[in-house]
Amino acid sequence: MKNAVGREIPDFLLEGGKEVYQGKNYMDGKYVQKATPKTRRYEKPQESKIVETIKDALIACGARDGMTFSFHHHLREGDFVVNMVMKAAIEELGLKDLTIAASSLGAAHDLIADYIEEGKVIGIQTSGIRGRMGQVVSEGKLKTTAIIRSHGGRPRAIEAGEVHIDIAFVGAPTSDCVGNSRGIGGKSNCGSLGYAMTDAKFADHVVVITDCLVDFPNMPASVEAIDVDAVVVVDSIGNPKKIASAAARISQNPRDLMMAENVAKVIASTPYFRDGFSFQTGVGGPSLAANLFLEKYMDERGIKMGWAIGGICKPMVELLKKGKIGKVIDVQDFDLDAVNSINQTPNHFEMSASQYANPANKGAFVNKLDFVVLAALEIDTGFNVNVLTGSDGVLRGAPGGHPDTAAGSKVCIIVTPLVRGRMATVCEKVVTVTTPGDCVDVLVTDYGIAVNPLRPDLIKCLDDAGIEHVSIESLKEKAYSIVGRPDDVQFEDKVVAILEARDGTILDVIRQIKPYTL
Amino acid sequence: MQIEKNAMAGTLESSDAMVTVEPAETGIELEISSSVMNQYGRQIKATVLETLERLEVTSGKVTVVDKGALDCTLKARVECAVFRSCEKSAAGIPWGGVIK
Repeated sequence: MKNAVGREIPDFLLEGGKEVYQGKNYMDGKYVQKATPKTRRYEKPQESKIVETIKDALIACGARDGMTFSFHHHLREGDFVVNMVMKAAIEELGLKDLTIAASSLGAAHDLIADYIEEGKVIGIQTSGIRGRMGQVVSEGKLKTTAIIRSHGGRPRAIEAGEVHIDIAFVGAPTSDCVGNSRGIGGKSNCGSLGYAMTDAKFADHVVVITDCLVDFPNMPASVEAIDVDAVVVVDSIGNPKKIASAAARISQNPRDLMMAENVAKVIASTPYFRDGFSFQTGVGGPSLAANLFLEKYMDERGIKMGWAIGGICKPMVELLKKGKIGKVIDVQDFDLDAVNSINQTPNHFEMSASQYANPANKGAFVNKLDFVVLAALEIDTGFNVNVLTGSDGVLRGAPGGHPDTAAGSKVCIIVTPLVRGRMATVCEKVVTVTTPGDCVDVLVTDYGIAVNPLRPDLIKCLDDAGIEHVSIESLKEKAYSIVGRPDDVQFEDKVVAILEARDGTILDVIRQIKPYTL
Repeated sequence: MQIEKNAMAGTLESSDAMVTVEPAETGIELEISSSVMNQYGRQIKATVLETLERLEVTSGKVTVVDKGALDCTLKARVECAVFRSCEKSAAGIPWGGVIK
């Protein structure tokens, strides 16, 4: 069946009541029965929940074949936890048929590709999938169909019981002996633990893995002891150098700066740019640089930002410290400046992924966003964005909070160069739709700006401000005139992954890659 | 033009291509690898063959390692590699017309 973004969704995926994507806000007003975990009572007082090894924790939680283990990705490319746990489960306990439900996975988890090929790991549910794991899943080697969700779609699915977590593993920079965990105060700090919070509340069992045991009580705790079964102390939960990068530098590339300036111009031309406005930006070159230009407009107009959310990095923290932002609410930290600021700088708060972006709760932060500035691997003439699959059709990205912020915000701006090498970023049809075009409002490229025809109000704003804009079709033609018209990527029939829209409907499918022959 | 000895042009930088030509008895043997194979492999092949034809090269082993080069870059690299293979790159380059 064809969905609202024109993608053909095979009927067998719709068995059991799954629906195809129908457009934004389709699920609004519907009721959901939340799932509840089956948890163990610890009535008899425990002095400590510390067990010797991950294997012991797995045994204590009744780990067995066919279970679903969950992980968060706050340790990013420095993460050791996923591999440590899966190794213990598969190589020490001999478990098989396991499913990994992670908030994201990356090149740090190449080892899991082996377990997929061996048939030990049979299910993957994640936002990001990259490296060797992306390759083997794209080659059709995972036994079941992978499920890709946005950061808001994931807590929605967990709360609705669409993914039932048997054991949640929380890599924690600090924990006390009973599992009160924080993202700061240790040697592998990651700041916010927002992606782990829903897991801890909805998993049957929760295991905290830390490399820095601190005195009880570790407060304020991101994951609370009341939800934790066991605590394991290991040498290291991750490589700090890869967990939080040194402060991301603002791009000096003139092309990025030009695009960033145009983003700020577009923002300043809208009525939403007023005292107390709200903002989120990605950490890509031009998106990040937009902060710089936005500050100029804020100063000129004598206005301040009310609040900012998202993955947080240095430029946002600096604006907060300068008093130019009222509050920063933080689901994830990208650099040391952000890690060292959360819960330390006044008005820099932590939030859960559900609070951030879940479309099925009673009002996530994204719903109150005025502006979001995002990047894209590809954007097509229907304003549909791909941030997941490469030009060869292989899984190598993550929807992350892209679809959530795009849907929630009043103005969603995509900023991207028109071409990257020989790749046309603006194209006729994206390989995979990760953010539907009805959520994307403005495209800023180095060759011009285009506004989604669904937003005549914004077209008027730009016209009134004298900002030139063109049709997205003309940008596509410009791109093709430089790089040539690309051939369609060829796939086999087999569906290797489902791309779930944030509301749980099916937005697109990813098929097995076909070896290319000339 | 005839490929008389092994020659190379281009780099492995992003948006460039490295083209190697070697003499061969008969026919063109073409090997292409590309970072944009799935979308542009067909066009890369066509561009390289067209350029060789314009240069009137009828035999040789040609290897292209493409890193997302535009057509104009590909043409220039193929042309240069062929010129170098027959000592035409120092003097007597037939500018303006051979490569369109």
